[in-house]
Amino acid sequence: MSEVILILKREIDIKLEADAITPDSFAGKNAGEIENLPIWQGPKTYPLSDFFEVKGNGGSSAAETLIRIKGDVTRVKRIGEGMSAGNIEIEGSTGMHVGSGMKGGEILVSGDADSWAGMEMLGGLLHIKGNAGDHVGCAYRGKWHGMKGGRIVIEGSARHQLGGGMDGGEILVEGNVEGFCGIRQNGGLIVVKGRALRCVGAEMAAGTIVVGGAIERFNPGFEYTGMVDGFTQGGVELSGKFKKFTGDYAISKRAKGVLYVAADANPEL
Amino acid sequence: MAGTIAIKNGYVFDPLNEIKGEIMDIFIRDGKVVKELSAAELKNAKVIDASGMTVMPGGVDSHSHVAGAKVNAGRQMRPEDHYKATLKKTSLTHSGSGYTVPSVYKQGYDYAAMGYTTVFEAAIPPIEARHTHEEMKATPLLDMGGYLVLGNNFFLMRYIRDGDIEKAAAYVAWMMKTHKTYGIKCVNPAGVENWGWGKNVSSLDEANIHFEITPREVIKGLAEINERLGMPMPLHLHANNLGHPGCYAVTKDSLKIPAGVKPRQNLDVEWAETKMDPSRDRSVYLTHLMFNSFAGTTWGDCESGVKDIADYINNKDHVVIDSGCTPFGEATVMTGDGPAIHDLYTLTGNKWSNTDVEMECGSGVIPFTYLKSNPVHSLQWAMGLECLLLINDPWKTIMTTDSPNGGPFTKYPEVMTWLMSEAFRKQTFSECHKWANDRSELGGVNRELSLYDLAILTRANPAKTIGMAHRKGSLGVGADGDVTVYNINPQQLDPNNYEILLRTFRKAEYTVKGGEIVAVKGEIVSVPEKRTYYSEVHVEDEREKEMLADVKEWFRYYTLGFANYPTSEKYLENPTPIKVNGER
Repeated sequence: MSEVILILKREIDIKLEADAITPDSFAGKNAGEIENLPIWQGPKTYPLSDFFEVKGNGGSSAAETLIRIKGDVTRVKRIGEGMSAGNIEIEGSTGMHVGSGMKGGEILVSGDADSWAGMEMLGGLLHIKGNAGDHVGCAYRGKWHGMKGGRIVIEGSARHQLGGGMDGGEILVEGNVEGFCGIRQNGGLIVVKGRALRCVGAEMAAGTIVVGGAIERFNPGFEYTGMVDGFTQGGVELSGKFKKFTGDYAISKRAKGVLYVAADANPEL
Repeated sequence: MAGTIAIKNGYVFDPLNEIKGEIMDIFIRDGKVVKELSAAELKNAKVIDASGMTVMPGGVDSHSHVAGAKVNAGRQMRPEDHYKATLKKTSLTHSGSGYTVPSVYKQGYDYAAMGYTTVFEAAIPPIEARHTHEEMKATPLLDMGGYLVLGNNFFLMRYIRDGDIEKAAAYVAWMMKTHKTYGIKCVNPAGVENWGWGKNVSSLDEANIHFEITPREVIKGLAEINERLGMPMPLHLHANNLGHPGCYAVTKDSLKIPAGVKPRQNLDVEWAETKMDPSRDRSVYLTHLMFNSFAGTTWGDCESGVKDIADYINNKDHVVIDSGCTPFGEATVMTGDGPAIHDLYTLTGNKWSNTDVEMECGSGVIPFTYLKSNPVHSLQWAMGLECLLLINDPWKTIMTTDSPNGGPFTKYPEVMTWLMSEAFRKQTFSECHKWANDRSELGGVNRELSLYDLAILTRANPAKTIGMAHRKGSLGVGADGDVTVYNINPQQLDPNNYEILLRTFRKAEYTVKGGEIVAVKGEIVSVPEKRTYYSEVHVEDEREKEMLADVKEWFRYYTLGFANYPTSEKYLENPTPIKVNGER
């Protein structure tokens, strides 16, 4: 596997749109060609070398290419967008839309990711070691269908609308989430080990959500169906007692969504 | 030389002149088709070598939703429709975005890329006419016009109920002039008004609330007014009960209402040379027939009722229809039929929007996806094509998708190919739900339209139907120099090889507008001026005065002042009035 190292040269004022940073577009290109890839800033495009120092050449294919990004890229958006294979390792935090619509390969973010991480993702692995913003694995604004496949792992916490409109795939959050986790979910699995704020699974029609901590305001459209003792979901082992609910019956009367909530953390439910 | 061009050696299809694929040259001078160019003119003219290619008049879309409040509402409520369909700015063209509801610029370029030069907006609510004109003005390349929605208008319902057809006609004439619109559109007559109270009407003889007028009376009244005024196009009807299983019966009965009304087109225009009589001979133009043709009683036992209506139309001469085909995929349903949109909302649960256009009409918008796997959607696909294939005379049919209701206009190439290729239809049958075959007659149809038929469905007949054949839809001397050149050799045309047809229809080899080449292989190469057409209907001053006294009295109930109501010419790009000699 060949490694391409991108080192941020300077502080960025207007945010960059860097959908060119993917193993797919780096594959088969040498450092010089990579330096010339276009990066949008506001209404203009610049060569990638205006912002990054490039070391190393791309591999023969996307799968043979590893991109290592050094420096603070929190103002760089769309890294790894639509990538189909290969690896990206971001040694710090990253901007919005990291891994949006990615189809395969792996992205590792050592720090935090801004909102829209893994938006409408189709496959591959997006691993965020820090926290994530809003709309992780979500559908684009106004769209019904979010993430369809692949896996997102967040070691920290995420904010609102995690997995909105999700059709398939898995999202695992070690920390907490805020409002509307799994809103309009149609399939797939969301596991939140920590707490959730409110409206978990609002308008969900199918799929599974597991919440290991307390839900501050529980969605009234769910119906209690029974207790479950420790189970495994998508390779994640969950111990302890869970209350099982189905819903959300607020819109559809035939909703098939399943919501497991830790019994100990939610005694009042 | 501006607007001067010679298109040489193409196989020309010009139905209004009964030219069926003869190898000919087409000459255009100063934007108009001429018999020939002098040697000096020819020297300066641009020359297109169309040998081995198909030449047709520029495409005319007589029913599309491209401008105005509801289209804009569609754009606003569908951000997801825009982020993947984007168009980059060039030194010549504007940027744009949107798939089913593109921005006005993208819309103009996309139509031109497919060989279309003329597009009419199918529904303009009077009070929103100014906004509609602003959008039409901003749409590049296309000659445009629009139909005024009048089927649930308070003034008209009152006049028609009171039997005061004279004042009603004067009102329509004044409204056309006031809002710079072209023809009369009638949406769910008497029913949309009931929608203000959460209701609809379900039969032609059910009177609505407050006005106590029936759909039958509205259709009859408007058809009579239309012919009394000598309007360019027939009454443009969107029948009652649209989109309900069993609605085909109401549709057929609605078509019978104007059967006795004699078409009378009285235009004061210069007619281009045509071999056949280009004036219209129909008294009703029913739109999106597919949506009005469901048989059965529920969505569970629903089937195609197109055959029955087609049989009726085959035996009558007063009806022309457009199809409203559904080519599968994303669509945005938008119509003046508020209750129909609400029904779709209860069916799908999608986000929706409804509006009551004060005292004039209503409207609604909802995103929709037509799926091959869905039984009803696959049936709708088959029905749309039935509308065009079961009616024998192509001069009674027009191809549309009711864009973006059945699908965006950019799907026309698919529809055109289905019509021309039985093999392509079979291919689609094999992919979609069996309802398409089981519950329609399309599977038994082996008719394949020729390029000549297609030229009728997409050019000659829309132009003739809406009264634009005096300058559009033909290549006769005096016609506008609007030409489409498709890279198809009719001698080598094989409808089984439908991939080639699809590719060719998606990007015309050349699109010529007013003698200027505007698009080459789908790329926009120039953006000449465009026009907006409207009907300037003459009625006696005295009659207009009497009517206006009523209108001014009623205007107390409008949210704007009478003086602010009209749309002035400055909102139109090259305003081009069509003089209509009403009541003369």
